[in-house]
Amino acid sequence: MSAIPPQPAIEVTHLVKAYAGVMAVNDISFTVPKGEIIGFLGPNGAGKSTTMRILTGYLPATSGQVSICGYPVASEPDEVKKRIGYMPENNPLPEEMRVSEYLYFRGRLKEIARRKLGSRIDEVLELCDLKRVRHKIIGKLSKGFRQRVGIAESVLAEPPVIIMDEPTIGLDPHQILIVRDLIASLRGRMTVLISSHILPEIEMTCDRVLIINQGRIVAQGSPAELRKEVLGQSAYEIEAAGPIGALPFLLGTIDPGLSVAGEGPVDAQGFRTIQLKTLNSEDVGEAVLRACLSEGMRVRALSRANPTLEDVFLAATRRSWDAVAENPKAQERS
Amino acid sequence: MKHFLTIFSHEVRMLLVSTNTYIAAVAFLSMMGFIFTGILEDYSKAVLDVSPASVFFQLYMLPVFFMVPLLTSKCLAEERRLGTIETLLTTPVTTAEVVLGKYAAAYLLYIAFWGSTCGLFYILKRFSGDAHLIDPGPIIGGYLFVAVSGLLFIAIGVFASSLSRNQSVAGILSLTFLVGIILGSRYLGSASWLDREALAPLKDAVEYAQISQHYQDFTRGVVDTRELLFYLSGTVLALIFSVLSVEAKLLHS
Repeated sequence: MSAIPPQPAIEVTHLVKAYAGVMAVNDISFTVPKGEIIGFLGPNGAGKSTTMRILTGYLPATSGQVSICGYPVASEPDEVKKRIGYMPENNPLPEEMRVSEYLYFRGRLKEIARRKLGSRIDEVLELCDLKRVRHKIIGKLSKGFRQRVGIAESVLAEPPVIIMDEPTIGLDPHQILIVRDLIASLRGRMTVLISSHILPEIEMTCDRVLIINQGRIVAQGSPAELRKEVLGQSAYEIEAAGPIGALPFLLGTIDPGLSVAGEGPVDAQGFRTIQLKTLNSEDVGEAVLRACLSEGMRVRALSRANPTLEDVFLAATRRSWDAVAENPKAQERS
Repeated sequence: MKHFLTIFSHEVRMLLVSTNTYIAAVAFLSMMGFIFTGILEDYSKAVLDVSPASVFFQLYMLPVFFMVPLLTSKCLAEERRLGTIETLLTTPVTTAEVVLGKYAAAYLLYIAFWGSTCGLFYILKRFSGDAHLIDPGPIIGGYLFVAVSGLLFIAIGVFASSLSRNQSVAGILSLTFLVGIILGSRYLGSASWLDREALAPLKDAVEYAQISQHYQDFTRGVVDTRELLFYLSGTVLALIFSVLSVEAKLLHS
């Protein structure tokens, strides 16, 4: 479609999916360049799983276009299916098979040549730390192992695009770390689209985040961009003692947008915690510190609050609920 | 059809490692053995003019009614219940390959079960020493009938399994369908209201679909291509409906 030579791995334009009158996905557009890890965030029922299923060709879209590595999903599903590794929500696995048997069967279905398959299975078992359980029956494995079997299966055929619906759900912190490293190790080689509820998870692994709510993209960009864009303000916290009353005036001289957002109680040493906020994204910490000291205040600590992706997520979804009114095109950004 | 063999061999392996298969096989063989002994007892009391094989195969519908639902109710219903159909259909596999692979595996097992009853005839031949009890005609005809009609019965079971994600509902549905076509056609065939002139085409159709009549033709050594066509077209139709049913369920999931 586009004339730019590097073809995007995933291209979604004006995707709409309606279930019996309910809009599950409402006019979503995004592109994912090759080799990027992209996170899909959204509250329950936002349309994440539906979008992923449409990307894999499992569900048909109501309207819009989806293409994977340049192949449209609707007209060339077979080509698309050869290029994706998909791990659905809740990771369904056949209960009565052994891990290695399952991987062998899936490898054959994914058209891996029989003589390459054995060594490839060894590789993914190693990669996902599953060697110990390779001869165990899947139904008897713990959740963490099952999850890793699902991940191993999705990377088995080395597809250029991997789609995982909540890959880290139900894992303990140690296993989450393994999965995160695993996903990070795919960076550059494969395009990975993951959805998750665990926000720090997404923040650490993903190059870019898409926040989706009620079937629409409400924000997208790198975690840092999102912070700036969605929250649009930075916050500081200062612990000071002395002539606090002069602070609002002082702040006005530094930056007109800077104001006191809240004050804490005075502690035993006479210090209190004051929250400041500004719409300015530049760091004004030094100026605040200098001004306070010149006014004879004693300052014990000054810090710039770093909003987490969680704050961004909450702000973005709240904003979309507020603006749920009549401008569906408002979220269109690229 | 590249993946048909992969799915087929996988299904067969799964059936062979499953305990249920062996339980079903033991139950099937005990029942058939029991019936066979009963028939032989009748023969020991009086000399009858039909071969024991044709009496034995006359009871084909008993194992059909319970074996077919047992073998097929799981195949598609379980995939949908566990959600593994989603991972299956997101590989380069078509729905038709999945349905056919599962169908072929179930059919193979069905034939293997019936095949094991050859042992009964072997024992009879070995120990009775009475050649007229072992008439090869009805035996070959009977097995041929079982093999051909099994195509349709298993396809009906697969279709029932595609309709529900609950295995027991699928089982009961397939039992209902089987009773409907085996006993229902016989009942309709004997219904007097069909004898009217205006309903003659309908009567012909019912006559054509008489499975018990087909059975008698087969054991008498008459292999009618119209009857073969009946089973083959029925099988193809049931399988096409299964594929459509699986795909329709995806659209409305």
